[in-house]
Amino acid sequence: MIMPRMPGFLPALVLALPLSPVFAQETPAGGPTDWKTPASAAELRNPYAGTENHRLAGKKLYQRYCSSCHGKDAGGAARIPALTSDKVREANEGRLFWYIRNGNSRAGMPGWSRLPDQQIWQLVTFLQMVSEK
Amino acid sequence: MRKLSQVSTYSTVGFLLLLVAASPAHGDEKPYFVTYDHHMEEPRAIEFAYSPSIGFPKDAGKFYSGLFEVGYGLKSWWTTEVYLAHQYTWGQGGAFTGVRWENRFRPLQSEHWINPVLYVEYAHINEADRSFRDVVGHSDPEELEEPLDELKQEIENELELKLIVSRDHKGWNIAGNFIGEKNLSNKPWEFGYALGFDRPLALAVSPNACRFCRENFRAGAELYGGLGDVYAFGFGNTAQYLAPVLLWRFADSMSLRLSPSFGITDGSVPFMMRFSVLYEIGNFGSRLRSLGK
Repeated sequence: MIMPRMPGFLPALVLALPLSPVFAQETPAGGPTDWKTPASAAELRNPYAGTENHRLAGKKLYQRYCSSCHGKDAGGAARIPALTSDKVREANEGRLFWYIRNGNSRAGMPGWSRLPDQQIWQLVTFLQMVSEK
Repeated sequence: MRKLSQVSTYSTVGFLLLLVAASPAHGDEKPYFVTYDHHMEEPRAIEFAYSPSIGFPKDAGKFYSGLFEVGYGLKSWWTTEVYLAHQYTWGQGGAFTGVRWENRFRPLQSEHWINPVLYVEYAHINEADRSFRDVVGHSDPEELEEPLDELKQEIENELELKLIVSRDHKGWNIAGNFIGEKNLSNKPWEFGYALGFDRPLALAVSPNACRFCRENFRAGAELYGGLGDVYAFGFGNTAQYLAPVLLWRFADSMSLRLSPSFGITDGSVPFMMRFSVLYEIGNFGSRLRSLGK
C-alpha cells in the first residue's frame, strides 16, 4: 500500500500562520457614543424587552458568541470594551441591534448578521439587563 | 529522519489539541460544503475542520477523501485558510494530494441588500485530488478510472477566483458563487458555479442548555457544477451535483456537517457522502499574544 506523504514543512506552515506579524490587532472599539448608525436604526423596537426568558436566552448567546472577546462577565479585556456600563444600558435598543448586526470593521467588531434577528434581539435584551445595577 | 518527522507532526497536533482544550470556543455555522456565503471568520478567531468524503463512481473504485483545514480571521474583512488534502482509492492505496491557500476579502463592511466577497486561491495539487471543494470545467469520467500512481504524478498549479454574493433575510441565507479557475500551465480558464440556501430550524433560542433542540440545527441545500471553459461555455458535458446539507452544533465548541451529494448528470460521481467536523477558537490571536507576555 502506498502511504500518503506530507511535505515536512507543512505542519510548521500551519503553526506559523497565526504567529505572523500581520495578525496585528485592529483599533480597539470605542464606547457606544462612537457608534455610527443610520437614523432609522433608532426606530427599531425590541420585541423581547424586559422579558426574563429572553434575557436568559441572550445570556446563553452571549456566552457562545461574545464572551471570548468581551469576557465571561461582559467586563471587557485590555483592548476590548466592557458591556456592563451605563452607556450600554442607556443606549437606544435599535442602535444596539444595528451595531451588533453590522459590526464595526475599523474597531475590530465583527457583524453578527449570520444570527437571525430574533437572536440579536435576545442578545440586546441580555446586554441591557446585565448592565442594570 | 522519518521518526523525527512523525514526532514533529504529533507534537504539532498535540499543541493544537492543547490549545483547543484550554480555550472557550464556538463551532462555526456554515452548513455548506462548496458554496461560500459572505460571513467571514471573526477577527483573531481560528477554525479547524476535517472533512472526509466517500465517493462511489460509476465505473471506478470507490474513494475516501479527507481535507484538513485551518482558517484564521486576519481582519474582519479578510479571512485566510490553508487546506491539506489526501485520498484513498480502494484497491490502489492512498496519496497526499496537495495544499491550497485561500483568501477571502469583503469590500463592503456593513450589511447590504446583497453582500459581495472576493476570493483568491492558489492550489498546488495533483490529479488524484478528490476533495470536490468546487466543480469547474467539463467533466472527464475517465480520469476517475486512471491508476492512482499515475494521477499523483500529474502536478497542477492552479489559480482560482470566485465572486461570492450572499444575503441573509428572515433567518434564511441565500448565496451564489461564480468560479473561474486557471491551470497555470497553459490551459484555458475553466468556470463553475455554486448556489446554496439554508436556515436554522428555530430562529430564537431557548433559555435552557440543550443539545438536540431545533436551534442547534441548520438545514438547506446546494447546487453546484461546471460551466465549461473559455472555448465552450455552458452546461454541456459537465458534472452537476445537488446536495442537501445539515449542520448540527452539538456543543458550543463543535459542529458536525453532513451532506449526501447526488450527481445529476452523466459526467458526475453518482453519489458522495460528505462529513465535516469543525472547531473554532474565538479570539485566538489575542490569547496567543498574551501567552508571550
